[in-house]
Amino acid sequence: MNNVSRLKKVLENGEFAVTAECGPPRGADPESVVKKAKLLKNNVDSVNVTDNQTAIVRMSSLAACALIQGMGLDSVLQMVVRDRNRIALQSDILGASALGIRNLLCLSGDHQSFGNQGQAKGVFDLDSIQFVRVAKNMRDEKVILGGDPLSSPPDMFIGATANPFADPIQFRAVRLAKKIEAGADFIQTQCIYNLDRFETWLNMLRERGLTEKTFILGGVTPLKSPGMAKYMNNKVAGIDVPEELIKRMEGVPKDKQRKEGINICVETILRLKEMPGVKGVHIMAIEWEEAVGEIVERSGLLPRPSFD
Amino acid sequence: MITAEQKPIDEIRNMIAPYKRILALGCGSCVAECAAGGEKETAMLASALRMAAKINGEEVIIEEKTIDRQCVNEFVIPLDDIMEKYDAVLSLGCGAGVQAVADMFPEVPVIPALNTEFMGETKDQGYWVESCIGCGDCMLYYFGGVCPLTRCAKHLLNGPCGGSMDGRCEVDPDVPCAWQLIIDRLSRFGALDRLEKIYPPKDWSKKEGCGPRKIVREDQQK
Repeated sequence: MNNVSRLKKVLENGEFAVTAECGPPRGADPESVVKKAKLLKNNVDSVNVTDNQTAIVRMSSLAACALIQGMGLDSVLQMVVRDRNRIALQSDILGASALGIRNLLCLSGDHQSFGNQGQAKGVFDLDSIQFVRVAKNMRDEKVILGGDPLSSPPDMFIGATANPFADPIQFRAVRLAKKIEAGADFIQTQCIYNLDRFETWLNMLRERGLTEKTFILGGVTPLKSPGMAKYMNNKVAGIDVPEELIKRMEGVPKDKQRKEGINICVETILRLKEMPGVKGVHIMAIEWEEAVGEIVERSGLLPRPSFD
Repeated sequence: MITAEQKPIDEIRNMIAPYKRILALGCGSCVAECAAGGEKETAMLASALRMAAKINGEEVIIEEKTIDRQCVNEFVIPLDDIMEKYDAVLSLGCGAGVQAVADMFPEVPVIPALNTEFMGETKDQGYWVESCIGCGDCMLYYFGGVCPLTRCAKHLLNGPCGGSMDGRCEVDPDVPCAWQLIIDRLSRFGALDRLEKIYPPKDWSKKEGCGPRKIVREDQQK
């Protein structure tokens, strides 16, 4: 297969990129993946597939990405280091590349204690930064960890994540610099609700020149209800929903809350588009892929660029 | 020290059920320090088992003895004088103690009375925490004396992850974020630059490369 990463092309052409998340099903049905991908088609540049997120067993992200690639869409393969050691991780990178998957997002993964397999052994043989470097060396140096040569290197646009809202904030830029040094071509952030804190973080990156060394995609998640806003703020580690947004969601009638969630999301994207150093947006509409089309359109991001 | 906790009494009773003459064997080292298998705990467990046997009308002899260290042969060897009296040993040693006694007395079943937990510290009365996984290649210098392999839930060598909030770990808010501790300590020493470099993947062969590890030192051998 000779296909190239669409996400990479969009970013390198200086276009504001759009990706969206697709969570694989808790079952073996390919239709569910296909249905979600159809909702995203033509609205996004690449479909980003989560890897057993929240440590709940789902269809593998590699298989779901293969299904999406088969529909002619670009996909981003998420891989976490929680479940696989360095042998399996490297092997799956080779397999993913062979299947035509061209984007890889390296993460540590939600801890196994959060999901439905609390008795599982967490692997964490590599950490996410080490994993990025391993992937880069496989691609650029054509070697696996330890130096053995590959008969053919994988072709992957490599990404990593960043959380602008986690502590300690003064160390966040240092850690991101390490991810970029390790080889992260693009960075996808945690869901952004607190734009002030996000800008503080972005300024820290600019001071270090980091926004010029990688493509930063701002993460957004449309809120469905004030309850969701509160839950994310209080229960999800590393997510910061300001009180004023919770109040705003509470201030609209129940049947208008989803609409208000989309309004907030669009406003956030419009702000992100104006921020120097932000090169795209990643929309995580959790089990609400139907919302993505409207969000992208109202954010002035349609049509998506064509390279044919 | 090696920490341990006593197994539930019912589990212990099930394991010793086939035997009539049992030696409850305590260990005076680590498991005594963590109040799981020392002389006092051995006496209490033996007494509880005798009482349970009596209530249930079971004819069983349970005697107790505590030696200094079950994991060192020279402390185990003297048991040879009394072992013929028993048809099973209930060991209140750690997993190493249980196996050392079993090695010494191949004909006698040695049953564990404890669940061995971790290498750790006594933080306070009745409070122990894990602080070392015995990786075989100590990196504490680089991390200001805080081990991320043990104390970070994701064993990150290039942390912290995105779940560190207010100095707490996302996995258990009662646990301090190891990476916050590392950053705080290194800042105090003016050594935060140690975290600018990317630490490469850990060489786990030093921990589990070829099955159980051993140390052979000729200078210590006679």
